[in-house]
Amino acid sequence: MTNNTTAPAIELKGISKAFGPVQANKDISIRVMPGTIHGIIGENGAGKSTLMSILYGFYKADKGEIFIGGQKTEIPDSQAAIAAGIGMVFQHFKLVENFTVLENIILGAEDGRLLKPSLAKARKSLLELAAEYELNVDPDALIEEIGVGMQQRVEILKALYRQADILILDEPTGVLTPSEADQLFRILGRLREEGKTIILITHKLREIMEATDTVSVMRRGEMTATVKTADTSPEELAELMVGRKVLLQVDKTPPTLGDVVLDVQNLRVVDEQGVERLKSISLNVRAGEILGIAGVAGNGQSELLEVLGGYADGTGSVTLNGEAIDLTGKYSDGKTRRARGIAHVPEDRQREGLIMDYSAWENTAFGYHDDPAYQSGIFINNTAIRQDTEEKMARFDVRPPNPRLSAKNFSGGNQQKIVLAREIERNPDLLLIGQPTRGVDIGAIEFIHQQIVALRDQGKAILLVSVELEEILSLSDRVAVMFDGHIMGERAVGETDEKELGLMMAGVET
Amino acid sequence: MDVMPKWAEVVLVPLISLLLAAILSGLVILAIGEDPIAALKLMIDGALGSTYGWGYTLYYATNFMFTGLAVSVAFHARLFNIGGEGQAMLGGLGVALACLFIPWPHWSLGLLGAIVLAGAFGAVWAAVPAYLQAKRGSHIVITTIMFNFIAAAVLNYMLVNVLRPKGAMDPATARFPEAVHLPSLHDILAPIGINFSKAAPANVSLLVAIIACVLVWLLIWRTKLGYEIRAYGHSESAAKYAGISPVKITMIAMIISGALAGMMAINNVMGEAERLVLNATEGAGFIGIAVALMGRSHPLGVFIAAILFGFLYQGGAELALWTSIPRELIVVIQALVILFTGALDNMVRMPLERIFLALRKEGN
Repeated sequence: MTNNTTAPAIELKGISKAFGPVQANKDISIRVMPGTIHGIIGENGAGKSTLMSILYGFYKADKGEIFIGGQKTEIPDSQAAIAAGIGMVFQHFKLVENFTVLENIILGAEDGRLLKPSLAKARKSLLELAAEYELNVDPDALIEEIGVGMQQRVEILKALYRQADILILDEPTGVLTPSEADQLFRILGRLREEGKTIILITHKLREIMEATDTVSVMRRGEMTATVKTADTSPEELAELMVGRKVLLQVDKTPPTLGDVVLDVQNLRVVDEQGVERLKSISLNVRAGEILGIAGVAGNGQSELLEVLGGYADGTGSVTLNGEAIDLTGKYSDGKTRRARGIAHVPEDRQREGLIMDYSAWENTAFGYHDDPAYQSGIFINNTAIRQDTEEKMARFDVRPPNPRLSAKNFSGGNQQKIVLAREIERNPDLLLIGQPTRGVDIGAIEFIHQQIVALRDQGKAILLVSVELEEILSLSDRVAVMFDGHIMGERAVGETDEKELGLMMAGVET
Repeated sequence: MDVMPKWAEVVLVPLISLLLAAILSGLVILAIGEDPIAALKLMIDGALGSTYGWGYTLYYATNFMFTGLAVSVAFHARLFNIGGEGQAMLGGLGVALACLFIPWPHWSLGLLGAIVLAGAFGAVWAAVPAYLQAKRGSHIVITTIMFNFIAAAVLNYMLVNVLRPKGAMDPATARFPEAVHLPSLHDILAPIGINFSKAAPANVSLLVAIIACVLVWLLIWRTKLGYEIRAYGHSESAAKYAGISPVKITMIAMIISGALAGMMAINNVMGEAERLVLNATEGAGFIGIAVALMGRSHPLGVFIAAILFGFLYQGGAELALWTSIPRELIVVIQALVILFTGALDNMVRMPLERIFLALRKEGN
């Protein structure tokens, strides 16, 4: 381990940054020793990304100093950050899809006007890096043809090629399967052995516990604690993040199963490019049951929700309470589905579930704006909708409880509560719910999970899609795993574990 | 929280933009050796200094209200209707047919009939590009522009070959019968003791335009259809999720838009010329885009912007008449106003937001 005489790889002293009236970072100080993995954990909006953006030169701090390897360093832009040996792997990769791995690696770091010498040099150092850190990639593969795990390696290689000693990873496991994530952590361990310093930003407690040496917790722009990972527990970290005790496990009783509500047989979806997204899927959900659909993002779960929600066409047979549902044509739309008792909390609430420029009350009517209670003559009864919204906001503890505020002014958790209130309070027979807690703070996660379980206990059928395996396991009664448009298999929750599901998510028959 | 108070957003930003445009216009006038202050005085005098000037200003403003509303309604569905010009031309055809071939007993019935036909013709002309967009994905900007040319050609053909009275030399219809002569503002205001200029072309269509502003406001912000149009305009993916049909909204929004543009013809064709001539629209369809931009697609904004552009049109005509400032310069001034209020909006907005933030910080 490091001794006290070595200078910290990174030291931030008293960093503050405000965006208008919002204090994103308040007097933040951390020390990260070389050759360690330091985790930064916090809810959405806690200021993690702002802090890292300051370190990477995207923002300028209002106050505070940055020391790299003991030297006071000014980082006005990302060029300066790279020069100081800082590399960043963003949550959303910044790769050119139709370039090869090699071309992406030299992009912006070309040596001269001609590409060839740069490419040759990069090829050589890529091989060395691959050998040194077990970061094997095919240098001539096109980015669009390799998996996300590989793409992430390219991002890491890009940073290493630019001689980064300090690597910042922002939510790196969001798009990975559990085994890909394990691989990533092995690579990070390897980098640490070679003396690199790694900052890992995440909201997943498990990753912090597994991968880091020290961890800092952020809450509302402040650093609430920095502790040795070995000395803490997930419960303690969660409490530090939220500021109160949190239930990490969902409390639920065994399900009381009713009749089959949703029955899907041989459902196929072919997208506009002619690619088959759903390859003959069959599943069913009973009343009083939560069926969880696990899988890495992009394996057909979104298409499943879209076709069931009524805004993509499909073939096959879908019945609700024994009655067929149109999968194409005039009556295959969201409106008709809602009328049949299918409520839908979509995966991407900002693009689909809400209109960000609409006020909360306008969003509460969204999709249900045909409701006679919302009309007065030929006009919309704004007062009635606003009043209804106020009541729903109170029941779902939406903060601030102001129906006139635009959706974009609510936090992720409160936006989700607005959508959830709208859909659940319609008392549907079937609830489709995608990524219920993506981008939602821990405190709200607890509430949202309770609402979903409560709906199940009222005897409703729930189809839950989530890329968070933990969430699937703690909420579902039964799990189906999707891979490449297929259902790889179904398991009762009690009879499986993360390992088996992780293999199925990677397409391995078990 | 919004950074700026609402009044700053809707009043201060356009006002500063306008001021900047005026200053730059002044510099241009200075550059060609004329006195900008005198020019401004002449414009104000000519456009607002007499009821005659007002009559012309309001006449132009009426045209721009219709076309501005047309562009606004389409904007709310995020459809860029550049075809207001062609739709207004076709509207003219509708008005001409209504006035020439139906013996109206009274002007008011004639006006109603003309509104219906003008709207229908404009709507049909907008519906074709809308259909191509909704069903075939042909970009509405391209198709509506093309339809402007087709409309001009259609009008040309109709005027030369079909509607031109025997023996007449110019490509225009016969004069409309006296029964469909619309009352001018002079006729309307005389009974209540206001002596409005008899020569000015402003007529009862202005009231129709104002009613249209109110109706569009009701449509967009108070009806389910308006709610759906705006939802589709904000987010197509969310609209699909909610079960709002993109095809339906595209068609309906464009049909309403085309109808509004077409209705402009009751002002310029029925109210002013009282016969249909070539190029009756005089570019009002295009000015409608600027009016909608400046009015932020809000009917009240459109109303105010239309009057401003009416002022620029009439004031500009006066300038060309009384000074050696060429008429082309008026186009430059209009372009500057459009540039500053429409395209360079953020240039004014961002520093202003910063000022407001700083003020708020001090207040805390």
